Amino acid sequence: MPDQAQLLPGTLDLLILKAVSLGPLHGYGILLRIGQISGSALLIEQGALYPALFRLVRQGLMKASWGTSDNNRKAKFYELTAAGRKRFREETEGWNRLAAAMTTALGAQAEEV
Amino acid sequence: MKTLAWFRSVAAKFFHRAETSAAMDEELRAHIQLRADDLERSGLTHAEAERRAHIEFGGYEKFKEQTHEALGGNFIETFVQDVRFSLRVLRKSPGFTFAAVATLTLAISANAVVFGVLNAMILRPLNVPEPNSLYAIERGGYHDISQSYPDYRDLRDRNRTFEDLAAYDLAPAGLDTGKEITGAWIQETTGNYFDVLRIQPYLGRFFHSSDEHGPNSAPYIVLPWAYWHTHFQDDPGVVGRVVQLNKHPFTILGVAPQGFRGNLQFLSPDFWVPIVNQEQVEGVSVLNERGHRSLLMVLGHLKPGVTPAQAVADLNTIGASLEKSYPKDDGWMTFSLTRPGLAGDWFGKPLKAFLTGMMLLAGLILLAACANLGSLFAARAADRSREVALRLALGSSRRRIVRQVFTEAGLISLFGGILGLAVSVALLRALSMWQPMETAPIRVPVDPDAKVYAVALLLAVASGLLFGAVPVRQVLRTNPYEIVKSGSAGRIGRRITVRDLLLVVQIAICAVLITSSMVAVRGLVKSLHSNFGFEPRNAILVDSDLSMAGYGSDRAAAMQKRLIDTVDAIPGVQSAGVVDRPQLHYGANTVTVYADKATDFRPANKAADAMTYKVSPGYFEAAGTTLLAGRAFTWHDDKNSPPVAVVNREFARKVLGSADNAVGGYFKRADGTRIQIIGIAEDGKYASLTEDPQPAMFLPTPQSPTSQTTLIVRSSRDPQQLTAAITHAVRDLDAGLPITIHTWTQELNDAALFASRMATMALGVLGLMGAMLSVTGIFGMAAYSVSKRLRELGIRIALGAQRSEVLQAALGRAVKLLVLGSVAGLILGMLANRVLAYIVYQASPRDPIVLSGVVLAMALLGLVATWIPAQRALSLDPLVLLREE
Repeated sequence: MPDQAQLLPGTLDLLILKAVSLGPLHGYGILLRIGQISGSALLIEQGALYPALFRLVRQGLMKASWGTSDNNRKAKFYELTAAGRKRFREETEGWNRLAAAMTTALGAQAEEV
Repeated sequence: MKTLAWFRSVAAKFFHRAETSAAMDEELRAHIQLRADDLERSGLTHAEAERRAHIEFGGYEKFKEQTHEALGGNFIETFVQDVRFSLRVLRKSPGFTFAAVATLTLAISANAVVFGVLNAMILRPLNVPEPNSLYAIERGGYHDISQSYPDYRDLRDRNRTFEDLAAYDLAPAGLDTGKEITGAWIQETTGNYFDVLRIQPYLGRFFHSSDEHGPNSAPYIVLPWAYWHTHFQDDPGVVGRVVQLNKHPFTILGVAPQGFRGNLQFLSPDFWVPIVNQEQVEGVSVLNERGHRSLLMVLGHLKPGVTPAQAVADLNTIGASLEKSYPKDDGWMTFSLTRPGLAGDWFGKPLKAFLTGMMLLAGLILLAACANLGSLFAARAADRSREVALRLALGSSRRRIVRQVFTEAGLISLFGGILGLAVSVALLRALSMWQPMETAPIRVPVDPDAKVYAVALLLAVASGLLFGAVPVRQVLRTNPYEIVKSGSAGRIGRRITVRDLLLVVQIAICAVLITSSMVAVRGLVKSLHSNFGFEPRNAILVDSDLSMAGYGSDRAAAMQKRLIDTVDAIPGVQSAGVVDRPQLHYGANTVTVYADKATDFRPANKAADAMTYKVSPGYFEAAGTTLLAGRAFTWHDDKNSPPVAVVNREFARKVLGSADNAVGGYFKRADGTRIQIIGIAEDGKYASLTEDPQPAMFLPTPQSPTSQTTLIVRSSRDPQQLTAAITHAVRDLDAGLPITIHTWTQELNDAALFASRMATMALGVLGLMGAMLSVTGIFGMAAYSVSKRLRELGIRIALGAQRSEVLQAALGRAVKLLVLGSVAGLILGMLANRVLAYIVYQASPRDPIVLSGVVLAMALLGLVATWIPAQRALSLDPLVLLREE
């Protein structure tokens, strides 16, 4: 098993938004998608996904509807709402700025100071 | 919109909990199914795949719970769940619930009652318009609130800082409505009284200054609403009716509104009459005597914009000029202002101090109750540590469990608060109805209002939070694995904890209270058998006022002689005599006396202020006062013979230098009259039981007539028979004379012993509360220590420990704390009783009976408190215990 990183607080929501922005998914599908796009580098407890999903739905960022999975099981599918897409863009920008700043800061060499 | 949506979602979640829950289950299961499908595809068996999927998912219930929370609206739902669960738990342990609720009920009701009284007496302003600018005038550095009528008139007419000044006096009177004669307390007021207080009549009209045209010119009565309600059955036709007041016709003018009971918080007069009619009401008028400070109070509103300091300066200017104009009558005419509701500082200050003290005490009781409930809760938490551990292990969050604990505490505080409030409302209502003294119109209107309810419930909730917080740390530190593995072992700490300290303090306070109340009871018993300078046993007091039957002071002496002769003739009566006001009967009249050689009768040159009693011949015998030298009065000591007096030892010592050859000596009154001393009486108690020896003099009624009449009858006959015989005899003499008859002991109980009786009662109640609190405190602590050490005790029993050893192990600590607290309390109690000595006669805590009583009480208390935990420790079955743990 590859080394897995603990999620930073608050990042799970952003990951979910990212996963769902690529197309409607059910809960388990979101988990797989995150694993796939992160190269299985992030550790997410499976059950912990659901409180986050319900919270995002309550905030009006996603909507959910029952459907059928690929292997014909009944499952609840999530997709982004307009508000969700807007929030996703904002948070992505925010994250990029933060990450860039952190990278610069941590990469600083002695002579640059 | 958003809030609305949120509410709707909350409501939806709340009412469709089952639906949501089912949907959630379906979704979570689908997830696990999908994962299991994947795992099965990767080569696992079906069963193994499902097992792995479940494990990977994690704590199913925990996540479901969190998901619920994420939905919002969860708070109410959880709350309802918690309440339901708590109720179930509390019902399962009725002993604990009862102890906790009872403790809290006690503490809350104590606080609510004290606060109710404080609120009614001090916080709530007088029920008159604009009470903030209303002041009463006090005179001199000793805060005397009484004034003379001439002085009042000068103050009223010459001041420039008050809008107007009113004044009044209190007097008893007989009211004859045509149907019955009843004794009543009336407030004789100046004509402007209602105008000054800005009160409007409920019915009819009030009297005004314009009604006053000299002595006896305004025979009018105004009734308070309550008197009208009880004695005239709300009859509106009462206005204009003529009634007989002390056999003089008075017209009822009107009825005051319901909320107005005069300007004193603790005293409601039966009705109001103009003071210009004083002669008709009291039989004698002192309105022209500048030196006679008979007005109970002078009061009025300050003019707008005038400060109290300006008013005082204004009054002092008038006072200085009065002092100059009337050096004989007016001394020390400096003034200060006070609130009228509590009759000035001489009464108001100690009352305030007393009530504040009581409030503090009640607060302490509540605090102690919280500490006890805290340890009770801790004991329970320890007992339930397995349950808590199990819940934690099953995925419940610690926050949830803490919330559960607080819900339980909240429920108990709610029950306790409601019950406490109910009890206190009942007590306050009873207190409002209560008339502590038969002979005075004292009433304490302390009906609870919204403030009282609010304070009681607030205190209940606050204490719930307080004691609920005690076991929180315990819950937060619970390690489920340890406890499930090894049982609720937990080491019991050897160090002294804050809780222990609190318990000791509590026990100490309880011991102080028990000591004090025992001292007070002993003092009360002793004071009934002490030397008052008269003998209250086998004596009956016939209280009357001849002026109520229309006898002026000129005819009073003759009537008194007929009374004495009539009663003397009753079989079994040994002696009878009249006094104007018995000793120890709500204070005493004092008269300033001067040495025989005095020529300058300014107050500063006085020899003494002597307690003065006007007594008839036969009085000393009837009262049981021993004459040490000289003779008693005879009917020949009348207006035609030189003025004489009997004085007590202290008087003789103070005015004449010594008691030995004082008989035959002289002293002078302020008007220069020379009075010869014909006898020396023993010293006694005059104004209060705890006073130092006071100078007192007795004047013969034939020389100093008074219509105030208390007939003292000495007889060893049964008081009831005697009362009947006396009533009969007096009615034959004059059917229109209202009398009340008590035994002298009864009278003393009412008047002189009132303060000490109240103190004893208050201390008794507090002692009882302290005892109950200590019991719950020790109980909680002992129960906690037993339940913490169940295993250890079980092992000891299994290894053959004796019962006494088990008990020592289980309860040693509790008993040690009890002893420590009791000793501390006893010592403190001894010190505190110096304070008690002011109210209670001969308060001495070094009394062996008190000491052994306290020790016994504390021991009993300990026994009661440790009984249940001891039983539990003794009845441990090691087999059951070891299997369970």
